[in-house]
Amino acid sequence: MDILYNIFIDPFVQMGSAPDLFVQTLWEGLVSGVLYALIALGFVLIFKASGVFNFAQGIMVVFAALTLVGLYEAGVPAILALVLTIGVMFVLAVGVERIVLRPLVNQPDIILFMATFGLTYFLIGFGELVFGGNPKVMITDELYLPRGSVEFEMLGGFVSLQKIDITAAVIASIMVASLAVFFQKTRIGRALRAVADSHKAALSVGISLNQIWIIVWFTAGIVALATGIMWGARSEVSFALQIIALKALPVLILGGFTSVPGAIVGGLIIGVGEKLGEFYWGPLVGSGIESWLAYVIALGFLLFRPQGLFGEKIIERI
Amino acid sequence: MFYREAGQFKTNYAADMAVFPILQDKIGIALILTLALVVIPLAGNAFFLSVVMIPFLIFALASIGLNLLTGYTGLLSLGTAGFMGVGAFACYKLTTIFPGVNIIVWILTSGLFAAAVGVFFGLPSLRIKGFYLAVATLAAQFFLQWCFIRIPWLYNYNVSGAIEVPTRTLFGIAVTGPNASPEMRYYVVLGVVILLTWVASNLVHGRIGRSWMAVRDMDIAAELMGIKLLPTKLLAFAVSSFYCGVAGALMVFLWYGGAEPEVFSINQSFLILFMVIIGGLGSLTGSFFGAALIYILPIVLRGAPSLVGLDIGAATVEHLTFMIVGALIIFFLIVEPHGLARLWQTGKQKLRVWPFPY
Repeated sequence: MDILYNIFIDPFVQMGSAPDLFVQTLWEGLVSGVLYALIALGFVLIFKASGVFNFAQGIMVVFAALTLVGLYEAGVPAILALVLTIGVMFVLAVGVERIVLRPLVNQPDIILFMATFGLTYFLIGFGELVFGGNPKVMITDELYLPRGSVEFEMLGGFVSLQKIDITAAVIASIMVASLAVFFQKTRIGRALRAVADSHKAALSVGISLNQIWIIVWFTAGIVALATGIMWGARSEVSFALQIIALKALPVLILGGFTSVPGAIVGGLIIGVGEKLGEFYWGPLVGSGIESWLAYVIALGFLLFRPQGLFGEKIIERI
Repeated sequence: MFYREAGQFKTNYAADMAVFPILQDKIGIALILTLALVVIPLAGNAFFLSVVMIPFLIFALASIGLNLLTGYTGLLSLGTAGFMGVGAFACYKLTTIFPGVNIIVWILTSGLFAAAVGVFFGLPSLRIKGFYLAVATLAAQFFLQWCFIRIPWLYNYNVSGAIEVPTRTLFGIAVTGPNASPEMRYYVVLGVVILLTWVASNLVHGRIGRSWMAVRDMDIAAELMGIKLLPTKLLAFAVSSFYCGVAGALMVFLWYGGAEPEVFSINQSFLILFMVIIGGLGSLTGSFFGAALIYILPIVLRGAPSLVGLDIGAATVEHLTFMIVGALIIFFLIVEPHGLARLWQTGKQKLRVWPFPY
């Protein structure tokens, strides 16, 4: 009975008795959820348009952030460095399309998945070769990102919010909104959705697949850059960051591979679940459950909805 | 010229379905076995045996395990290293609790523990497929790795949190532990790998293998043809995890001689997945090719600059190795998406019709 009490009642009693602490944990969960969601967003964009499960999204985040900081350290003004980094991401998109995707058209998913693995290895080696393996500090001030924290008095205690986290949330919302407008209202967005529906049909009405892929990888690159800046500002820019790509996987399957809103909702659920679980239930089994809790949450959802929360229903024919 | 099947007539069904239908293949496999059993231990030095051959064989075994699951049954798994870890820790616990029993018995038994864990984590495979399943196996990977760190009972409450392999003997000769000679360890690994490869070959050429492949090609159709999905998929998970578990036990006991939980991290899983895909999905020979390429290539690349006489820093070489391996993975996928095993088949076909290209 003691165990049951510890699992089912005690954590909620704790939440009730210290609501400010609960809100603080919730907020931290939401923030990391936003960052997971940003990475998942990059995945979803590429998966929708080219059916490629892009494992390299994580390293793209690191690579973009490293390029930005590296350029700044080389003496380029911050804003110019930002523009140049976007240029680098464009070159990367073109390169990936030319060298990796085009020869592998029409191969099974797992082969393309492996190819993005090769890309990951290549980018790790290349990034370390050019920028060195040491962690770097993100140029927060130079990019006019706010620092410090805001404190609220609420529920009989203090809740402190990092300004950079608020900025991350705002930027993520802007990004999702503009992507939604881009997908729904523009010509290219319509073409992207057509490609996502069916490659062959899109080709037959005159949509250039190659162009679409470049655009999609470039967009994913920009999303990666934004993620890199935000995540880098919270900790530091290092290759350890690419591990968060693995954290984006449960977010993806939770939301469904093809859904942009799914990526956001999934990210928030995973982020909040992870932080609350670690904080309230973690001590019961020894801490560190953050490393696998996300996958178990996702697995739990999957058992009831095999296509994720927002994924298209899987129809199988013989 | 030498590789012809002309004049070799098959007079019964068994001969037609043989694993090595052509005489030259039989000679070839016999040559490879003599090479592995006699020539390499005689000619190779201790460094070659313990740094190249033993790890290569162990990785090949793990690749065969994953290939049974991913290549033959079509279930993508990213939890290989976790299952290997189960094997290693199970073997460690067994041999410290029952030190008197032959170590090889425990290495093979520890595979059964990995199989049980594999079946448990394979349960969701009935409902979820493809990349969704990959994430389910990731849950296994991270959960198991967490267990290896957080449950001190598993590593006998060692202060270091790592397992150290005790010395165990076979007929009075040390097999594991610091005193074991590389030759002895090599023979044990080779024996286990040959035995398990033979078993795997028989499995995939028989009824079980055919039902796995039917499930891989389309599971609904397979179900309609009367193949029970749940037992088939779970059996694939069990056998695959058994192989991985044995490979993990061999890895710790006969190669590393001790291990931290870090050894069984996600990167190890990815490495073995590389081997399977580069080698060829659904091919046992491919598993050996893949293991050879992915494991031995970086060693060669690291050694290459100093051989040629170039003076490059160790860190730079490491980065360049990463780049080259990454580029080669993409290159091989573009040239032959079906892996090295398919290249091997094409080569043999070319040899058969030589000197005419058709």
